[in-house]
Amino acid sequence: MTRDPDRVYEPVIGLEIHVQLSTRTKMFCGCALSFGEEPNTRTCPICLGHPGVLPVINAEAVHYALMIGMALECEIADRSIFHRKQYFYPDNPKAYQISQYDVPICGAGRLDDVRIHRAHLEEDAAKLVHAGASGRIHSAEHSTVDFNRAGTPLVEIVTEPDLHDPKAAGEWLRLLRATLKRLGVSDVNMEEGSLRCDANVSLRHAGSATLGTKTELKNMNSFRFLERGIEAELKRQEAILRDGGEVEQETLHFDPQSGTLSSLRSKEEAHDYRYFPEPDLVAVAPTQEMLDRAREALPELPAARAGRFESELGLPADTAKLLAFRSDLGDLYEEALSADGVDPKTLANWVTQESAAADVEPAALAKLVVMVSEKTVSAAAARQVLGVLAAEGGDPAAIVEQQGLGAQGADELGEIVDKAIAENADAVEKIKAGKGQAIGAIVGAVMKETKGRADGGEVQKLIREKLSL
Amino acid sequence: MTELAQLTAAQAAEKIRAREVSADELWTLYRERAAADDLNAYMWVADEPDAGDGPLAGVPLAVKDLFCVEGVPSYAGSRILEGYRPPYTATSVRKLREAGAPVLGKTNMDEFAMGSSNENSGFGPVANPWDRERVPGGSSGGSAAAVAAGSAPWAIGTDTGGSIRQPAALCGIVGLKPTYGAVSRYGMIAFASSLDQCGPLTRDVTDAALLFRHMVGKDPCDSTSLEFPEEIALPSAESLDGVRFGVPPELTGEGIEDGVKAVFDETLKKIEGLGGKLEEVALPHSPHGIAAYYVIAPAEASANLSRYDGVRFGIREGNGDLLSMYEETRAAGFGGEVKRRIMLGTYALSSGYYEAYYGRAQRVRTKIADDFREAFAKVDLIVTPTSPTVAFKLGERTDDPWAMYLADACTVPMPLAGIPAISIPGGLADDLPVGIQLAGPAFSENRIFDAAYALEQAIAFEEGPWRDA
Repeated sequence: MTRDPDRVYEPVIGLEIHVQLSTRTKMFCGCALSFGEEPNTRTCPICLGHPGVLPVINAEAVHYALMIGMALECEIADRSIFHRKQYFYPDNPKAYQISQYDVPICGAGRLDDVRIHRAHLEEDAAKLVHAGASGRIHSAEHSTVDFNRAGTPLVEIVTEPDLHDPKAAGEWLRLLRATLKRLGVSDVNMEEGSLRCDANVSLRHAGSATLGTKTELKNMNSFRFLERGIEAELKRQEAILRDGGEVEQETLHFDPQSGTLSSLRSKEEAHDYRYFPEPDLVAVAPTQEMLDRAREALPELPAARAGRFESELGLPADTAKLLAFRSDLGDLYEEALSADGVDPKTLANWVTQESAAADVEPAALAKLVVMVSEKTVSAAAARQVLGVLAAEGGDPAAIVEQQGLGAQGADELGEIVDKAIAENADAVEKIKAGKGQAIGAIVGAVMKETKGRADGGEVQKLIREKLSL
Repeated sequence: MTELAQLTAAQAAEKIRAREVSADELWTLYRERAAADDLNAYMWVADEPDAGDGPLAGVPLAVKDLFCVEGVPSYAGSRILEGYRPPYTATSVRKLREAGAPVLGKTNMDEFAMGSSNENSGFGPVANPWDRERVPGGSSGGSAAAVAAGSAPWAIGTDTGGSIRQPAALCGIVGLKPTYGAVSRYGMIAFASSLDQCGPLTRDVTDAALLFRHMVGKDPCDSTSLEFPEEIALPSAESLDGVRFGVPPELTGEGIEDGVKAVFDETLKKIEGLGGKLEEVALPHSPHGIAAYYVIAPAEASANLSRYDGVRFGIREGNGDLLSMYEETRAAGFGGEVKRRIMLGTYALSSGYYEAYYGRAQRVRTKIADDFREAFAKVDLIVTPTSPTVAFKLGERTDDPWAMYLADACTVPMPLAGIPAISIPGGLADDLPVGIQLAGPAFSENRIFDAAYALEQAIAFEEGPWRDA
């Protein structure tokens, strides 16, 4: 390969997402799922891989997988089967993971502008704790295994390589997360590992259809780490290519502390998983009844909701997405919107920009926003009211009354402005000399006098009038 | 005492129910005999009976070592499981206990059911009670020897390629390999999951039907189990009028020892004498049964046996390092034949070889099943010798795995097709028992029992160590 400093490279990114399902029990046994219980208290002979045990498919996990498949517009397989994926590791009690291989429950689909390659059911591994400084098994003094997580149902979603920059990858993952959360099939908590994302990353010559050699990035357990990890890897690959080198196919571990990538295993070290059909299970063949039940369980999904907010309520795309991708905010928004006289855009701004809004009763929030629109309370004062509502609840009008936060009448405000102009002669001179920003001193004085009850815009307007600007 | 020991299990149960003898008396008799066994047939003998009240009336049951019984050593004949006492009980054992059959003891077997002579046990070979210089067959050699010797009234074993029928034949008793799925596999330490099936080893056909009646049924813990479509009746047929018997040249000609052939030909005459019709049927793919079997069974076994890694149960060896623990534990715990099959199976499933071995073997399996389907369109049952030879000498074939594998030539096609087959004593050759095999379509056990019963009366085989013990 020749060096070519002018060459333009295009990133090609595909994601593999593991979603822990929030079913009542594990994928193949009756153990309850674990949420930080004492180690090895959520186990049985089956998830411990004892001799002679057999797996039985969790029907609720199949139901959730069907819901996910439908939400991602996947083709649902008439008949899908499980395979054994074999490898030795202490977190893998049977030394094979029961997973779906060439006949997954969900085939090709799409979410927004990213195509889904497939989505399949499998079981999670146990958790290893390595004693010693490195935190890795090979230099550990000893390691312990907690099998509580072993056998937790997972859906693995694999996208086509349709993403072309780290930000877009993060953005799409947020949409997927919102969608899964809305479905109610998972806790989708990246820090706690109920949503885990690996990325396949490569560079190709811009305009070329041929894909470059990809690397697989693991351990990016937040949106920020995902974006940073991909960014770092793209830089690394680009430097190699610009230097005339070749990217090696390997699996990389992202260290969020240092922001660096280290090799987990090369292509030569890749496992031969010796997949073969799991003889202990029968095929999953969803009946019409199962399909109907899954379809009926589908709520309005975030992408559709954002579209509706945009088209029906005239919200800007960003605001619509913010509301739709966080279904708790979307729900709050829609409930508050049902009150009389609320302006959808103003309400949307309050819900998306004020963090306290999330803790306020929808009816009270609606009332407060109406008061702001009618200028019976200033925006600044309304923020104070919002804080009280979030902390203590109550009626916004009563709080305004009690705390004397109501907007001043025009005469009263006029007097205060006159006084502020008189007391800030320096500022007046500067304004007249063309330094417009000096108006801030007068506004500040008014706000101080009114303890923030006055509307900033209104005050500015009044000052300009009085100074004949 | 001697008279009591010469009753069949069904007769003993009848006498207990009629209060002519007590269950305690029977337990004490067999408990003493099992404890005094000098064939090495037992791995463990119970102290006290553990069954509930039920139609089997307390008649003790010998159980192959690979059935998990809670708190009881269950090693599957392997040193790697030394010290293992399962935390749960196999469904079939639980059902038989509930039906009134207490566990008398655990019987010796080829390690992980891999063998045709019981010489592959990690705990020493079992002697054939007909001639202690000879093997009892395998892998359920301990169960067959115990029943034949009269130290147990009846037993259960498992059959993957012939492991119930061949030792039953070599020990002059009755053994049934049921339809795949008829009896739960839950709690049976797995060898080859798509082939393993447990069944009775008994003194006569009636006992086999009685025991089988209480074993069948769909088990929620075994997804591959099925509800048996009819009640299991105790056989009573006296003639074979109108019953069509298929004689496949592929399993009755080449390789069958002269003495065995003579008993088989004699049996065919008896079938005709009872009104049965003989017809030649072709099973053209069955000669490939051994080859297909020795790919499929080791492939599944290689995965099933990966869980013996030293982490959770059984023995643990090595210097504390992960790899050394895996390697040393498995090197020390597994015997030679088990290692051979793990290597065969691992190879057959390896990337690049899967299609050539596992894929092709599965296609042969399908063809073998098709052969049977076509044959059963013409005949009701198929009759063959069970084993090409009578019991061979201890050590005679241990250096020649292929010669050992050929012992299963007549019995391997049936489990590959998932169909049931019984072996009953047909007579003697060189003073050693010869088994006759009757096979039928899936779930035709009642038909098989009836025909076997009629034939049993006509053969009137009245030999066997248990009759004199």
